[in-house]
Amino acid sequence: MNAPVIGQPIKRKEDYRFLTGSGMYTDDVTLPGQTYAYFVRSPHAHATIRSIDVSKARAAPGVIAIFTGDDLARAKVGGLPCGWLITDVNGQPMKEPPHPPLAQGKVRYVGDHVAVVIAETLNQAKDAAELVDVDYATLPAVVNAGDARKPGAAVLHDIAPDNTCYVWALGDKAAVDRAFAGADHVTTLEFTNNRLIPNAIEPRAAVAQYSRGDDAYTLYVANQNPHVERLLMTAFVLGLPEHKVRVIAPDVGGGFGSKIYLYAEETVITWAAKQTGRPIKWTAERSESFLSDAHGRDHLTKAELALDKNGTFLAMRVITTANMGAYLSTFASCIPTILYATLLAGQYTTPAIYCQVTAVFTNTAPVDAYRGAGRPEATYVVERLVDTAARETGIDRAEIRRRNFITQFPYQTPVALLYDTGNYEATLAEAMKLADVAGFEARRKQAEDRGKLRGLGYSTYIEACGLAPSNVAGSLGGRAGLFEAGEVRVHPTGTVTVFTGSHSHGQGHETTFAQVVADRLGMPVENIDIVHGDTGRILFGMGTYGSRSIAVGGTAIVKALDKIVAKGRKIAAHMLEAAEADIEFDRGNFKVAGTDKSVTIGQVAFAAYVPHNYPLDKLEPGLNESAFYDPTNFTFPAGSHLCEVEIDPETGQTRIVNFTAVDDFGKIINPMIVEGQVHGGLAQGIGQALLEACVYDPESGQLLTGTYMDYALPRADDLPSFRVATKETPCTHNPLGVKGCGEAGAIGAPAAVINAIIDALAPLGVRDIEMPATAERVWRAMQNTRELKKAA
Amino acid sequence: MRAFDYHRPATLKEAASLLRKNENARALSGGQSLIPALKLRLAAPAALVDLGAIEELRGIKLDGAVLTVGAMVRHSEVATSRDVAIGIPALARLAEDIGDRQVRNMGTLGGALANNDPAADYPAAVLGLGATIHTNKRAIAADKFFLGLYETALKRGEIITSVAFPLPKRAAYAKFANPASRFALVGVFVSEGAGSVRVAVTGAAPCVFRAKDMEKKLAANFAPDVLAKVRVPPDGLNSDIHASAEYRAHLITVMAKRAVAAAVAGK
Amino acid sequence: MGITVSMTVNGQAVTAELDPRTLLVQFLREYRQLTGTHVGCDTGQCGACTVHLDGRAVKACNILAVQAQGAQILTIEGVAANSELHPMQAAFRDHHGLQCGFCTPGMVMNALELVRKHPDPSEETIRAGLDGNLCRCTGYHNIVKAVQAGAAAMKR
Repeated sequence: MNAPVIGQPIKRKEDYRFLTGSGMYTDDVTLPGQTYAYFVRSPHAHATIRSIDVSKARAAPGVIAIFTGDDLARAKVGGLPCGWLITDVNGQPMKEPPHPPLAQGKVRYVGDHVAVVIAETLNQAKDAAELVDVDYATLPAVVNAGDARKPGAAVLHDIAPDNTCYVWALGDKAAVDRAFAGADHVTTLEFTNNRLIPNAIEPRAAVAQYSRGDDAYTLYVANQNPHVERLLMTAFVLGLPEHKVRVIAPDVGGGFGSKIYLYAEETVITWAAKQTGRPIKWTAERSESFLSDAHGRDHLTKAELALDKNGTFLAMRVITTANMGAYLSTFASCIPTILYATLLAGQYTTPAIYCQVTAVFTNTAPVDAYRGAGRPEATYVVERLVDTAARETGIDRAEIRRRNFITQFPYQTPVALLYDTGNYEATLAEAMKLADVAGFEARRKQAEDRGKLRGLGYSTYIEACGLAPSNVAGSLGGRAGLFEAGEVRVHPTGTVTVFTGSHSHGQGHETTFAQVVADRLGMPVENIDIVHGDTGRILFGMGTYGSRSIAVGGTAIVKALDKIVAKGRKIAAHMLEAAEADIEFDRGNFKVAGTDKSVTIGQVAFAAYVPHNYPLDKLEPGLNESAFYDPTNFTFPAGSHLCEVEIDPETGQTRIVNFTAVDDFGKIINPMIVEGQVHGGLAQGIGQALLEACVYDPESGQLLTGTYMDYALPRADDLPSFRVATKETPCTHNPLGVKGCGEAGAIGAPAAVINAIIDALAPLGVRDIEMPATAERVWRAMQNTRELKKAA
Repeated sequence: MRAFDYHRPATLKEAASLLRKNENARALSGGQSLIPALKLRLAAPAALVDLGAIEELRGIKLDGAVLTVGAMVRHSEVATSRDVAIGIPALARLAEDIGDRQVRNMGTLGGALANNDPAADYPAAVLGLGATIHTNKRAIAADKFFLGLYETALKRGEIITSVAFPLPKRAAYAKFANPASRFALVGVFVSEGAGSVRVAVTGAAPCVFRAKDMEKKLAANFAPDVLAKVRVPPDGLNSDIHASAEYRAHLITVMAKRAVAAAVAGK
Repeated sequence: MGITVSMTVNGQAVTAELDPRTLLVQFLREYRQLTGTHVGCDTGQCGACTVHLDGRAVKACNILAVQAQGAQILTIEGVAANSELHPMQAAFRDHHGLQCGFCTPGMVMNALELVRKHPDPSEETIRAGLDGNLCRCTGYHNIVKAVQAGAAAMKR
């Protein structure tokens, strides 16, 4: 085993089962005696429940049980908790309204859970659900974040009479005000960061089982962090002993954030499994996913950038209203604060930054982390401002960025983060080369000859990931640790099973993590299996989100591997009758330094489990080690994205003709998988910029984009092939030198696309456009400037 | 889906009788619109009469100046038919761009016309070519067939058997697709036939319609430029989250010009 | 009211007594335990449920099982001969054309028909030809490469 495995595009170990239809997703699980749950959901955005009559439904064929919010209240089932406490500008805790799994007295968004029907078949459950008679008294609804605090707006929760969860701020306001007062130029923009619906192609699903014999529960659930799911569900909602609940997140068909959270559905069926004594399956229909998966983004922002006459950034002021939806989802409160305001320095040396965020409740689905989570919103603010400032000051767009790049590391930003390393000029230069910026003007001219408007857009981004040092998170209001756990079990025959608290739902951990182990232990990838997603098999885990798996989960495995090697050295020393200090470990062999005496790790493992010739007086048998790793800092992936568009001026339709992404993810374990992650992120970022919008009717609060007929998810022909490349500045504070790559595409892309559209339309006088930049919006922007010109 | 009785008659006569007898029965052809509606419980017929086993509803025939397409002919068959390619290539291209591959492999001409979705493609072709819809009862001119939103001239128990398309001198269809559904946000079918020009617009209004002002201009001179200033007024056009009436009105002109240009170029 | 439905699934003749509202995909997943065919939406857009019906790619969530009376059905489980991947499946693995794997069976089933119709497809043809299948993970980049490579391999 001499060929290097780190940095190699090794084919994925998980693919065979997915390609042959042998994966095991939650809905593929069928338990003996299984029943089906269907949820009665609110058809109103806001209403009090006068009464619920389930008598007819209960008598319907096949019905086993029906439960409402009253039943859960009687059973002392608690509310769904929020995992992050934000403290407001006055030092007060955020408003945390109760979030009952089934509504109690009031519904607050279309799709809110009212009752659950459990029946022998799904059709019977759905038939009976139609017979549940709910008497609603409808109330006025408030939908848009900008309306939530207006006088007379409908009030969702008694504890928040102005619909305000918190007003929070970060940064030195006085310093920012001073800098603006002395600035030569101020660029101002106001925009919406459009609400998105995550849309993992596997809908959420759960199967719950209760075993009377040992008073224990098993929950299969499409989830990104099964241990967190178990902890929240047992300790905060159901009051169950944690050791009596096993949560299995088997193959999971994409998450993008939406499967981090503890949701009502799996909580209710877990509880109901004991009440009914039968296993219960619930699988979301796509329409239910649209209504009740946690949504993403939804900010209203006014942003200002102060510059001096050389185009040096002096200060930034950002005022944002963030829509939380009707209730606080699991991590909702930290997204527009801790993961947003802290990123507003971007790649630049802006010395003073102030950000104020007002989080509001509205009659819409809860909003939480969606791929990027706060960081795409921050990047959009920074990169739209920078681009607009370049246009206004007449400085070249690449040049203004270069002038303000951070070049000295470590770098302390004015918004709390300490960047450890990076090389922003290198990624920008490489991106400009790959995108052939030099040839752009010629391409623009050719497009003009074909009657098309062509534009080139820049975006640079910084991402804080590898979440997170637990003590830092705790000091900022985090109610959980953010370490990761790993266990390495070397079997007697020398093969290896690794148990990780990270969870793969497309990221390819079974391969990447195996490469890390193969490299450290010097054995073939085929001899290593990675196990994830089962609280019954894995010691603990905080799960996968925030591009943290390789940086935190991977490092935990490395720490466990270090212990394996350390113990193996002791065993080998005994076997080779040498001093431990003289034992070297190299590519699977323990050697006595300076001799040809060696034993393989397989021989060491065998000796550890068949300890006949073994130092039993000093060492336990077995070769199984675990480690917890708590990072000392965030990691800071960064990159430059360049987008080239062509616009049909007759229809306003935008086509992306080139998209180039050059990213710095530190060390790369599997470049094939990393590129795939970038591609997927770019598609979601482009989706946000051009196609995707979650739209509620502003009056009724009905979801108008509740199916794929109305919510435009990118298809293959909406996207180009991407040009991607990487630059490498290794992370300085984890042993692999890795940073994480899962969210980068979604973070950098939206601003690159919009900046490209503005570049194409700027000659017509267009300065800004809302996302998604639909054909009609582009056409209207052109119309408006034409009319303005006519009027002038 | 609510429960329903299911019938799979082998003959047209039997199918018509089942539909007549059951007041809340519906015919099932390809099912690509009906089955999603059943799943979402937006439709709940007491019985479904599956037309899938009726041989007489199949087949494509090119005969002199008329192309006849059976009601149960799938979109993918029209898209790849040699007879359609020879007779009305614009129809083949329209069919190739309906929905997606899987939908085209199930969806049928008759089903699409009976459903009369306001954003469907086929109604534009049928109206834009002045086709005749044949049913088990009668022949209905396209101009008399499409009555309104999801509304047609079909009576209870009446089943489309085939559609007869007169061969045009030239024709083309231009569609601006809704990015989510891929139905027509605006689709315009133009044809120049024996002594008449037709312009049919789908997606823009509650029901497919003819743009008569455009037809007049084109009758005088079948060239895209004559439409540059012809605008269908936005009043009465659809306005929704996907497009305003004003934008749809604008797109009608753009798509009509493109369709004419394509017809002239023989593309 | 149960209806007797017979069809051939992956070469095997099968018969079942079904509620007429049983979808073809439910029949495959729940009665035949062929869980490789997935359900990702309820309006017939995502294509995760794509199977072949008499050789045509169709959405099994948009067809009643009774409509497949007498038909030949091929699902993802029937694509690989024995344990050897079909060239198209192998191309998806070689080009990293899948991540979470949920849309993958439907993608492969669609790609097989696409290549039958276009044995040497351009990127544009592939992108247009995949319009019936949604993927949220890959951005389609590697799926396009995989289909192109799969097409080339199928000619050999």
